[in-house]
Amino acid sequence: MKILLKNKEIPDSQSIEIYSGRGGYAALKKALSLSPEEITSIVEESGLRGRGGAGFPAAAKWKLLTKYRKKTVYLICNADEGEPGTFKDRYIMESDPHLLIEGMTIAACATGAHHGFIYIRGEYLRMAKALVKAIEEAQAKGFLGNNIMDSGFSFFIDVFRGAGAYVCGEETALIESLEGKAGRPRLKPPFPAAAGLYGESTVIHNVTTLSFIPFIIENGPEAFKAIGKLGRGGTKLFGISGHVNNPGLYEYPMGTSLKKLIYEAAGGIKDGKRLKAVIPGGLSSPILKHDEIDVDMDFQSLHSVGTMLGSGGIIVLDEDTSIPLIAQKTAKFYAHESCGQCAPCREGTNMIKFLIERIVTGSGTEKDIEQILRLCRYIKGSTICAFGYAAAMPIETMVKKFRSEFEAFLRNS
Amino acid sequence: MEKISLHIDGKPVQAVKGNSILNAARQNGIYIPTLCYHPKTGQAGKCRICVVEVEHMPGLQVSCSLEAKDGMVIHTNTKRIAETRKMIVELYLSNGKHNCISCEANGVCELQEVAYYLGIEKSGFPVVEKDMPVDTSSPMIIRDMNKCIQCYRCITGCNDITVNEVLDMGFRGSKMTVICDTNKPMGKSSCAVCGECVQLCPTGALIEKKAVGKARAWETEKSRTTCPYCGVGCQINLHVKENEIIKVSGVEDVEPNYGALCIKGRFGYDFVHSSDRLKSPLLRKNGKLEEVSWEEALDFTAGKLLEIKKAHGPDAIVGIGCARSTNESNYVMMKFMRAVIGTNNVDHCART
Repeated sequence: MKILLKNKEIPDSQSIEIYSGRGGYAALKKALSLSPEEITSIVEESGLRGRGGAGFPAAAKWKLLTKYRKKTVYLICNADEGEPGTFKDRYIMESDPHLLIEGMTIAACATGAHHGFIYIRGEYLRMAKALVKAIEEAQAKGFLGNNIMDSGFSFFIDVFRGAGAYVCGEETALIESLEGKAGRPRLKPPFPAAAGLYGESTVIHNVTTLSFIPFIIENGPEAFKAIGKLGRGGTKLFGISGHVNNPGLYEYPMGTSLKKLIYEAAGGIKDGKRLKAVIPGGLSSPILKHDEIDVDMDFQSLHSVGTMLGSGGIIVLDEDTSIPLIAQKTAKFYAHESCGQCAPCREGTNMIKFLIERIVTGSGTEKDIEQILRLCRYIKGSTICAFGYAAAMPIETMVKKFRSEFEAFLRNS
Repeated sequence: MEKISLHIDGKPVQAVKGNSILNAARQNGIYIPTLCYHPKTGQAGKCRICVVEVEHMPGLQVSCSLEAKDGMVIHTNTKRIAETRKMIVELYLSNGKHNCISCEANGVCELQEVAYYLGIEKSGFPVVEKDMPVDTSSPMIIRDMNKCIQCYRCITGCNDITVNEVLDMGFRGSKMTVICDTNKPMGKSSCAVCGECVQLCPTGALIEKKAVGKARAWETEKSRTTCPYCGVGCQINLHVKENEIIKVSGVEDVEPNYGALCIKGRFGYDFVHSSDRLKSPLLRKNGKLEEVSWEEALDFTAGKLLEIKKAHGPDAIVGIGCARSTNESNYVMMKFMRAVIGTNNVDHCART
């Protein structure tokens, strides 16, 4: 069952003719005849949860507006896809941009937003251009802009390119960046629904979350719910990379087994090697050992084995991979991307990087391993934003699950 | 003022509604250590030292930023909180040059104070000393970013209190540092040298150039007075050692300046000890200035003013008030010119 990748094999899938010719914008037409409350209850009923990483129920964000609505509501699409191992949003924006535009416009109908922004990762120049072109096409056809399809409803979308900071995927850092400031997360509360972009009510969704909405409106919540295993709601895009035979982007129902994804979708481990470990949901998700992959890829199941679905970026590591070296790269990444605003994250990620580098270069001590674990433990929950968790969780599990590999570096010194 | 009831560390307490958890605790004599928080710059949430646990809320909460609500059950010193604070302070001590021996802030440093409270003598982490050049380009302020703990107080002070808008945080992650304008040396930036940043700095990252090496903090006595420079009447503390002014700071929490000063009030105190300073009136006699009594000087001046008034009328005289006088003195000056001399020729040096 394909929802987001249904046009993947179609030539020129990015053009409005192909998109609307294949039933595109029918959901928007339907949505325009519904009240905002009706759209909200359909999406709520479908159980759609955010696909960016946190898994917050999409309709719940809209319902917050009943309490916090300000004069203006802004709708932001978070397209700052920066999680290492993740490449799902870029496909939609480049090859099926109208799916996102239609989803955004329906979300705008539901929330009463008249202005939307797509905050796209700076490096995604090609995707940004594709989006701008698609927005122009949609406006020319009356699917976007003033008085959409003669409904009296108006909605405009601007594409805003980021400047290359991973942390701008955090919604309040994204808002700061969109306002023209340095991308540093805000203290919460207030949350964006109460005071977001320019202090107004703001709703933020990931690209893929928004792209599910046309399907849900068109086919009803039951159709969406029926896809996921045990009613876990719809499909999920999995970007599988690393040591597999067929790396790439795959769409499978929520709750598909990780094992199945690696061995069926991605064709198993490259060169007949054995599997060592899997990072299941983008770099920030805790690592799974080879014997832990018999798990369903959905929010609850992954949570129960101590990891998370995250962005669905699956990084497969074979037996020849050195986990300490992966940890070194991971630590370097987070130390580089920490915004620096709060002390535990700024100083902590830098210290983790320093300690791991010391270990892998052969001058570490047993105490260094303990200090890394200590840092990971107390960085979690003490930082301004979730970046602290994202930086600490993978390192902590790599050290805990593969401690002997780290210790081997000590013995070699 | 509406009161709320809550529990802090198992103790039922009351606090004024609308306060942060930190203030609610302080109102009840419960100490929560802080670094980035300052009453004047308000909530910051940067250092995370003031974290507490609030029942039914996930993770740790920042007490300087979170509003205390009725019925909250708060813990300020669990093992997790203590360990988090300890980790942060140890990281600070590892990632900067925090050797207190000759630091000007020794004794008044808030990082030192929190380390002492937590019983940290030495960081458990390896020391990765920064080696950033010390910025001595400003005539009055020394900036040593190796001692900076990125608390944002100076930035908030510069942008929101004195509104000079010079300081900001530049760069990212562990390279993040306070910059002047577009990362210029302070002496070449648009800095007005008001010293608000120095006053707010919790460590020795920003210090008064003229005070270096002159006295340890505990050797000086604070003497409160009114700034002599203008009619605003800013409240200042003179930090005095053996009858010498070592430095000047603004008095926090009182009108009219709430700790803020201008370059003159904070740094322009050299005249006090100047040998050129006039200590009695001088009168030119036979082409030479001679010291005379106040009586003689005033009689002479009054006589001359009367002479001029008689010969040329009151409008031949003009009075110019002094910006270094108080409002009250300037008012008397105006009254004197209008009522005694009888002219409207009154002006003030600060008007032009």
